[in-house]
Amino acid sequence: MSVSDLRGRFEGLFERDITLVLAVLGVIYLAYILSGVVFGYGLRGQLNSVANLTFYIGVFGMLALALNLHWGYTGLFNIGIIGFMGIGVYVTALVSKPPVAEGGAAQVGGFGLPLFIGIPAGVLVAGLFGLLVALPALRLRADYLAIVTVAFSEIIRFTMMSRTFQTYTVPDTIDLWLFTVDPTADTVGLGGGGGLILNYTDPLEALLRGLFLWEPYLAFIAFVQRNFIPNNPKPVIDGVAYGIVLLVGVGLFYLLLTRTGQSPFGRVLKAIREDEDVANALGKDTDRFKLTAFVLGAALMGLGGILWYSGRGSVTPPSFRPNITFFVWIALIIGGAGSNTGSFLGGAIFAGVLYQGPRYFKNLVEAAFELGSAPRNFGEAMAGFASLDPMPFVLYTLDSISQLRLVIMGVVLIWLMHNRPEGLLGHRKETASTVDLARPGSAESSGKPSAADGGEER
Amino acid sequence: MSETNESTPATETAATDEESPPATDGDQPTGSSTETDLTKLVKDDPEAHTGDETDRYAPLEVEGLRKEFGGITAVDDVSFDVEEGTLTGLIGPNGAGKSTTFNLITGMLEPDEGTVRFNGEDITGLEPYEIANQGLARTFQIARELEEMTVLENMMLAPKGQIGESLWRSVMPFTREAVRDQETEQLERVWEVLDFFEIDHLADEYAGNLSGGQRKLLEMARALLTDPDMLLLDEPFAGVNPSLEKRLLEHIHELREQGYTFLIVEHDMDLIMNNCERVIVMHQGRILKDGTPAEIKESEEVIEAYLGGEV
Repeated sequence: MSVSDLRGRFEGLFERDITLVLAVLGVIYLAYILSGVVFGYGLRGQLNSVANLTFYIGVFGMLALALNLHWGYTGLFNIGIIGFMGIGVYVTALVSKPPVAEGGAAQVGGFGLPLFIGIPAGVLVAGLFGLLVALPALRLRADYLAIVTVAFSEIIRFTMMSRTFQTYTVPDTIDLWLFTVDPTADTVGLGGGGGLILNYTDPLEALLRGLFLWEPYLAFIAFVQRNFIPNNPKPVIDGVAYGIVLLVGVGLFYLLLTRTGQSPFGRVLKAIREDEDVANALGKDTDRFKLTAFVLGAALMGLGGILWYSGRGSVTPPSFRPNITFFVWIALIIGGAGSNTGSFLGGAIFAGVLYQGPRYFKNLVEAAFELGSAPRNFGEAMAGFASLDPMPFVLYTLDSISQLRLVIMGVVLIWLMHNRPEGLLGHRKETASTVDLARPGSAESSGKPSAADGGEER
Repeated sequence: MSETNESTPATETAATDEESPPATDGDQPTGSSTETDLTKLVKDDPEAHTGDETDRYAPLEVEGLRKEFGGITAVDDVSFDVEEGTLTGLIGPNGAGKSTTFNLITGMLEPDEGTVRFNGEDITGLEPYEIANQGLARTFQIARELEEMTVLENMMLAPKGQIGESLWRSVMPFTREAVRDQETEQLERVWEVLDFFEIDHLADEYAGNLSGGQRKLLEMARALLTDPDMLLLDEPFAGVNPSLEKRLLEHIHELREQGYTFLIVEHDMDLIMNNCERVIVMHQGRILKDGTPAEIKESEEVIEAYLGGEV
């Protein structure tokens, strides 16, 4: 009887989470599709817009979840997210790029191994760098860890740009103690300021081939081409399919991190966040827990980076500036640190509203009203006020909306800090335990689920 | 105040025996008595506690402890031992070095000189978690509960040897079953201890929402769940109202009856004098006097240094 009660309670909770997530996603997607209608998009345009939105929801969702493990659970102030992402991408590229003959093209090559080796290698190396950063830094207080991580991510970016690592000639044979390796690669490297061309198999194609779904997928594209989108539908369908892959990725991140959080391991992480001395006094080797959590989070950030950038034709060091780190932080703060559901929700809202939203808003306004061309500079924009005409200013504002995005984010952050510092789903009791903690064998305590998840504010 | 120390703990515990078993039993849905369950937590042979009073085994031995903070000697050549199954009080004016001594014993600070031995093993300079795992649990002067965790989470955190504290065991599908089994088992004990301290009605509350006294109870309950041989309580009665103070004392006496050993740092002279079998007085980093409450009260040095000649 109590088992079914517990099950009902669990499902009730699950349902509410699901409802909330679906509602938010529904509103965001609906807004995008409706604005697509206003723009007069055809099917192709709509799919493109949806695919783009899904991509950013996916990557920000994943990264916010990974950051939640660091900050929300363990209280580790990591502002070097982009560094781990960059390591993931670059290592994957090095391992999987096809080899280039020595002295051939100006571009550097890689080891030509398939992506299913390259991606795990990228994740692994990101995790190893997590260990490297964490080992000396975890003994430091939170704010010092933050300095170490942000410095680390900049070191990574400068290493990518460095001439020293630009190209490296691989010897024809490498002697390893007992056996000799003959690598296929001749020149490898980080490509310097020019970045790397990611000329390996498209990750989506590699995945679908691995699942033996490539042929059906091509057949599906041919079908779409015959019936819906006559000219070259593949890039659009690819975008949508990759979006779906990313959402599955988010699901896996969520599953892994929820299991991590709802366990004795996660309980110790929470205790470290609250008061490390107490956790220590209760016999927990907090350094070990912090290290494990940091490495896992860093590896997941590496994977997030790989999924973000590896589908593009190339990567360059400027993509790995710290601003993405702060975007992920904003996403987590919106969603609510400490809650996995909240992290994903924050990622989705950030991607849909703050990251992509302003540009859509601008297009929407431009499509709805016939507006003249915007003034070229701020002076011209202000000149309108002299004749009590605000239009130049409005146009100018609208025209610079992608620069204003950061201002909008800042305003949202300040508002959140004042009015809801715990985020949308912060301060929820995502109880860190594998089992229900109600008094065993009592129906009475399981009958008050309201006490368990009120989203109480302090 | 004129009572001798021998009679006072005895009367306290007698009162405890009369009052608390019905109270705790009333909250037990399983019907099993809290007292028997808690006794199970004590690893030692119960025979050991009934032995000769004068020659008891001393699990905690502190010898020649010394700690300097930039030229100021906070703790200077402190040596004492705490006998098994006793309630020992550590008193002294502010800045006498009591809390520093505590931190030196529990590994929060490393001594410059001296040794700490627990159950015959040298634990000097070990990490706090290693010392806790040896069976020496502590509470903090200002109750440090984990605010944004529920009371239940706080309690579930404490037990030692949780297999689910390994990440892969908690995450992998098959090993997670074993973690669940262990947690289910642990949960029963958690509820027993919650009942014992009568804070079971707060189980779902965030620890940060508890009152000061409730936090003290939670902290002691949590420390108890680490399965310790000995508990070091740093000012457990500070900021606690008289009725809760009485309750806390009852719990302490009850636990002591069951074989737990206590070392208590406290400011309240009367409280220590009336409840402890032995009192250690610290002054300016040194041990001024070590003896029974009666001896302490008669000691000229103590009266001068600490009591200001009032008693």
